[in-house]
Amino acid sequence: MSAKIRKIAVNVEETHLEIGKEISPATRKAVAVAVIENPFAGSYQEDLTVLMDIGAELGTLLGKKCVDALGITPDQAESYGKSAMVGENGELEHAAAILHPKLGAPLRTEVEKGAALVPSSKKMGSPGQVLDVPLGHKDAAYVRSHFDGIEVRLNDAPRQNEIVVAVAVTDSGRPLPRVGGLTHSDAVGKDGLR
Amino acid sequence: MSDLKLRKTAFSLEEIFHEGGPVPDQSQKRAAGIAVIENPFAGRYEPDIQWFMEDLKPLGLTMAQRLVDMLGGAAHVQGYGKGALIGAAGELEHGALWHAPGGYAMRQLLSNSNAIVPSTKKVAGVGGRLDVPITHINASYVRSHFDAMEVGLNDAPKANEMALVLVMTTGARIHDRAGGLAAKDIVGEDGLR
Repeated sequence: MSAKIRKIAVNVEETHLEIGKEISPATRKAVAVAVIENPFAGSYQEDLTVLMDIGAELGTLLGKKCVDALGITPDQAESYGKSAMVGENGELEHAAAILHPKLGAPLRTEVEKGAALVPSSKKMGSPGQVLDVPLGHKDAAYVRSHFDGIEVRLNDAPRQNEIVVAVAVTDSGRPLPRVGGLTHSDAVGKDGLR
Repeated sequence: MSDLKLRKTAFSLEEIFHEGGPVPDQSQKRAAGIAVIENPFAGRYEPDIQWFMEDLKPLGLTMAQRLVDMLGGAAHVQGYGKGALIGAAGELEHGALWHAPGGYAMRQLLSNSNAIVPSTKKVAGVGGRLDVPITHINASYVRSHFDAMEVGLNDAPKANEMALVLVMTTGARIHDRAGGLAAKDIVGEDGLR
């Protein structure tokens, strides 16, 4: 592992009731976070290959942590998302280098298939700041019931020279979806959209 | 769980490898569980509230068992703590109902847990955060195990809810070097030393 990981955190949320209505089975979302050293903190680097390779490692590691935390098999995953927050001595482009070139393919292996784009967000931040990870259906981006998000924050990260990298996976959509659109059961899942 | 109305749970597992110093052989794990429930006393002053502790007992045991499992079994658990966030239509005293069912649930599952379970509580709005104190399960004065874990949820506690929290850890702070009573020197009789 070329990433220098200071800590890992995994959160699982289950919703059993929403506005008084029972949700059965409960909807479940997991988010796994790695706090890593930013190898390029403090100076401009033209070549970001190192961060791209770290992204690939974290796609596997964090995707697997989420699936394990949910106690599901990879094919039972329904939606996913990814985000990064760069400490103040870094650059927004560092987050992009981790998230976009190489993180997606290994993440898709962990959740089986994953025809759809992995929705993402990024920002610069400081310890304790909130990162909102967007969620979308893993095989058909237009599945409206699965547009969602999960918040994550660590009180001690990211320090100035660190990057917080988050991957979220669910086994369900929102608790009470009723705004129409393409449904999970009607999704074809070939082109990543419908 | 009788009349208990559980809206959601959230469980977090942290694994800490270092904090800028040499990487120890063993990482530290910290696990936290939050249960968001309806506060049956929200919106009014209710003199008789103690009956609700019975309702909380099964919830406490379920949460404690899940934390133990997340940390790899009771033998690995060395620190614990508990806390409560009470929604704005409730009263600080309602959070105090968690002391016995939350604390004794953990101690029931952990052998040699003679130390009092440290705790904190407050009234908070949605998104409120709680810094839950942590001490050694068998001797409160073990300095290496004084720790804390921040918990909270963006959507809880609503005004008529309570968020009940349990936390457990597998060991000392990752670069523990502030002296005091060491875990290896615990007498283990009075829960303090």
